[in-house]
Amino acid sequence: MKKLLRLAVATAVLVGSTTSALANDTLALVVSTLNNPFFVTLKEGAEAKAGELGYKLLVLDSQNDPAKELANVEDVLNKKIALMMINPTDSDAVRSAIRAANRKKVPVVTLDRGANSGKVVSHVASDNVQGGMMAGDLVKKMLNGKGKVVELQGVPGASATRDRGEGFNKSIKEATGITVVASQTADFDRTKGLNVMENILQAQPEIDAVFAQNDEMALGAIKAIQAAKRDIIVVGFDGTDDAVAAVKKGSMLATVAQQAGRIGSIGVETADMILKGKTVPKYTPVPLQVITK
Amino acid sequence: MKIKEFALENIPLIGLVILMILVSLASPSFLSVDNFLNILRQTSINAIIAMGMTFVILTAGIDLSVGSILAFAGAVCASMIGADTPLLVALFTTLAIGAALGAASGSIVSFFGVQPFIATLVGMTMIRGAVLVYTDGRPISTGDFEVANAFYELGGGYVAGIPIPVIIAGVVFLVCWYVLNHTRMGRHVYAIGGNEQVAKLAGVNVSAVKITVFAISGALAALAGIILTARLESAQPTAGLAYELDAIAAVVLGGTSLMGGRGRITGTLIGALIIGVLNNALNIMDVSSYFQMIAKGGVILLAVVLDRRGKTTE
Repeated sequence: MKKLLRLAVATAVLVGSTTSALANDTLALVVSTLNNPFFVTLKEGAEAKAGELGYKLLVLDSQNDPAKELANVEDVLNKKIALMMINPTDSDAVRSAIRAANRKKVPVVTLDRGANSGKVVSHVASDNVQGGMMAGDLVKKMLNGKGKVVELQGVPGASATRDRGEGFNKSIKEATGITVVASQTADFDRTKGLNVMENILQAQPEIDAVFAQNDEMALGAIKAIQAAKRDIIVVGFDGTDDAVAAVKKGSMLATVAQQAGRIGSIGVETADMILKGKTVPKYTPVPLQVITK
Repeated sequence: MKIKEFALENIPLIGLVILMILVSLASPSFLSVDNFLNILRQTSINAIIAMGMTFVILTAGIDLSVGSILAFAGAVCASMIGADTPLLVALFTTLAIGAALGAASGSIVSFFGVQPFIATLVGMTMIRGAVLVYTDGRPISTGDFEVANAFYELGGGYVAGIPIPVIIAGVVFLVCWYVLNHTRMGRHVYAIGGNEQVAKLAGVNVSAVKITVFAISGALAALAGIILTARLESAQPTAGLAYELDAIAAVVLGGTSLMGGRGRITGTLIGALIIGVLNNALNIMDVSSYFQMIAKGGVILLAVVLDRRGKTTE
């Protein structure tokens, strides 16, 4: 019995000491999915900055599943972390995860996607509406304000879909000579981008430009356009490696680059400022850039 | 009377024809040779997976792992092509991997008595994980070697004006049709689905047949992965997500019973075409994405209900 007690005390001391060692310099990063190059780059940006500033970074993958996300957050909160950065799977569904962190008094920073409720110290993201407008402005300029445009939309109902679409359409509407002849979803997916674009090409004899709300769909659409031997400019969004290569090769006109790595690194910088007791803005915009040849 | 019999026998086909008539009335650009070839090419991938799925479902099983096998096979194939592997070596290795992954599921079902739903659900999850580990979450390009151009033809090429994926799907169909209708293996598949105990007593090697049908399903999923990778000249880590559902829908739309023992490979082909035509039509008519999901679900529901009614009045 005594032995058992001693073991229990020893374990408690050991656990106590390791958790306190974790506490000060450990940040958690809960990512919506690592099954997407964009978020892998975001994670790498955060890792690099965390290393530079001397933090230990725990990375968890929610696999686009809000239930998995909540479980991840609960697990990581048991590890006594100093701050949690979260890239939500969904702005509404993340509510209970953020409230769990609030209850444990762990400060929360949201990355890329915001949260609609719960207490968040700061939100770090690029402005998708502005990005959509940048794409629209580029298309207007290339077509000299006249032509037929196709929009490939992301997952229906996702905030990126709404915001990028809103910005793009706002910009396009200013040019009365441009009509959007088809607006179809391809779920941010390359294969679907290919199939949906093939179908649209069958329906529309005249298309001058395609705006895809992410690069994966744009790259799929380019394959369809090339196979149909049509001459159509394509603008993507995200600035992934494959898309930048396509822009260099000339098959894609441009991609509006969210700087995924910088979202991660600015997220860690914001976390660092919060932990050092400095005040941070509620929203830190991460600049976008149009990448052309 | 003969017309009624024909109608009851061929509800999926009639459904497809009606759907095509409705769509061509709604949209003039639907009825063109180009668009039909386009639909066939897009359908070929689901059709190939669904034909493998038909074997499994005929034995009263189910294979949820096909989408993950497709992605894994695509990734392995893309990296081999990217490393300048001779085309045939890459293709056969990929098909063998698909067959082996399928056979592994089949073995778990046969030797450990695990339900096919669970065994392949586990397979789906683990293989998808393996894809992510293998690709590090990024697309794999097929590269710039000479072999990559030949590889692209498998997905984007034509022979005599017909897209190569369509030809491949056609050959797969003929082979599957022959195996199911004219070989001992085919009779055994139907026998196991009809009544496994009786089949066993009649001397059918049930384990061997089950492992074989899952291997066929895995190999065909890998073949679909090869075609998809060739079309895009790259393999996506997210490739094939939820493809098992489209394949199962095609099989069921084609009139095959999920309880096994009853169904035809021809029906599966028609089922896949119904889904393909529907996807194409919704895009061509520029239907809002929110309504598309309702429309797809509704058509599948209608087709299945009609088919069940046809069966009960038989």
